[in-house]
Amino acid sequence: MSGGLSAPTLGKHSGETVGIVSYGTYIPRFRITPDEIGRVWGADGVGMGKNLNIVRKSVPAPDEDTITISTEALRVAIARGGVDPKDFGAVYVGSESHPYAVKPTATVVAQAVGSTPDITAADFEFACKAGTAAIQTCIGLVASGMVRYGVAIGSDTSQGAPGDALEYSASAGGAAYIIGRENVIARIDGTASFTTDTPDFWRREGQRYPTHAGRFTGEPAYFRHVTECAKRIMHRMSTKPEDYQHVVFHQPNGKFPQRAGKLLGFSEEQMKYGLVTPWIGNTYSGAALIGLANVLDHARPSERVLVVGYGSGAGSDAFDITVTDAITQLDRSVGTPVEHSLQNGVNLTYAVYAKFRGKIRLPGED
Amino acid sequence: MSVARFWRETLRRYNLGGSKCTECGKVYFPPRSVCPHCTTHRKTMGRLEPVQLSGEGEVFSYSVVHEAADGFEMQVPYVLALVRMKEGPILTAQLVDVDPKDVAIGMPVKAAFRKLKAEGAGGVIHYGYKFAPVLSPTEKVG
Repeated sequence: MSGGLSAPTLGKHSGETVGIVSYGTYIPRFRITPDEIGRVWGADGVGMGKNLNIVRKSVPAPDEDTITISTEALRVAIARGGVDPKDFGAVYVGSESHPYAVKPTATVVAQAVGSTPDITAADFEFACKAGTAAIQTCIGLVASGMVRYGVAIGSDTSQGAPGDALEYSASAGGAAYIIGRENVIARIDGTASFTTDTPDFWRREGQRYPTHAGRFTGEPAYFRHVTECAKRIMHRMSTKPEDYQHVVFHQPNGKFPQRAGKLLGFSEEQMKYGLVTPWIGNTYSGAALIGLANVLDHARPSERVLVVGYGSGAGSDAFDITVTDAITQLDRSVGTPVEHSLQNGVNLTYAVYAKFRGKIRLPGED
Repeated sequence: MSVARFWRETLRRYNLGGSKCTECGKVYFPPRSVCPHCTTHRKTMGRLEPVQLSGEGEVFSYSVVHEAADGFEMQVPYVLALVRMKEGPILTAQLVDVDPKDVAIGMPVKAAFRKLKAEGAGGVIHYGYKFAPVLSPTEKVG
């Protein structure tokens, strides 16, 4: 094992208060259940759903992708916060399903919200933690005074290969966070990362579906990075699990975050709002950030939140967040609350799901 | 559609950018450079200002499409609607996130950012506005 708690890592950032000015989410309308997926592949879908703690997962419509999801999430964030998009200095979109291999998602998103041209923009990729990496970048830009507001988005429309275990969880959704120093609804008091070269999950250039290393994705990958990162930020912030009202982990399924929470000493009550995967599936780069959005949808001033993301390959980013009085001024009625998307949706058959996800070849397609 | 032609239209397709006559206040989408409503419309030349539509409107009329246009085969049946915007202009656009049987004239809708079309598997992807119900029908999953 590399490093100890004194290993170099990002800690409390210096300077003025930096934090979340506004946030927004977008989760597509359609759903499919593990039972329906298992029915097609001759597998025990109900059992698979129980093992993964997934009741259903979201499915994007044929005209939705990471660009549309990111744009919708950011538009909600802008409307809630009353922020002028022309004041954004940076727009970063983290995803592993950018529609183009070459051509940024972030330029379309920035143009669609009216932020261009006096802005820097880029796409981030780090499996499921590209969005949290984008938040860290925005913290640096805002704290240094380089930008007034930075936008960090985590968004995905990921796919698992037909019949693969990933197909039961890989879903679609995204969350956008506006990071700044003015009217901060949740201070980000510290951040930490834990990163190693661990090949647990990947997708090679030109490959349609990702490959994973089975059980190797667990102990040496997800659990090691999430727990070590959580320990590092709590050490840096001199906190214990009971100091937080809410905790959010990356959630590739409904089971991993529950186990990570138990290993670290968090209660189910602390994970109550941060765990959303059982009802919408694994939204990859959006997962931890939608969990945080659900926490913020319910949070009261002074509540403290620990967020620990994870991306295969592998790394974790953690944030120590404290909700401020300003959250009562944020119009959380704008856009769709996460809770609504957890409870509602339109179930698809596997046949329609396959059509929507482009798994059926049409005449003229390669 | 060529890349350049679509690129020239991104302001209106992405952001519903229209124009407003500074003489009579009438709003146009797509934007105009002269106001045909004003009797002295020649005087309005160059005097229309850019305006961004709110994205809020209602269904003025609609049609359910069963024979898809190229690129829309996966979405049949879909709804093509005339949407009267809060600011006045009437737009033609696809309705999404709604079952065709639930569409009604007068239904409140809001702009949604969606993929309009892709130029094949390797070509450019076009994005722009469609419309979705303001209040999605509560659809409890089973």
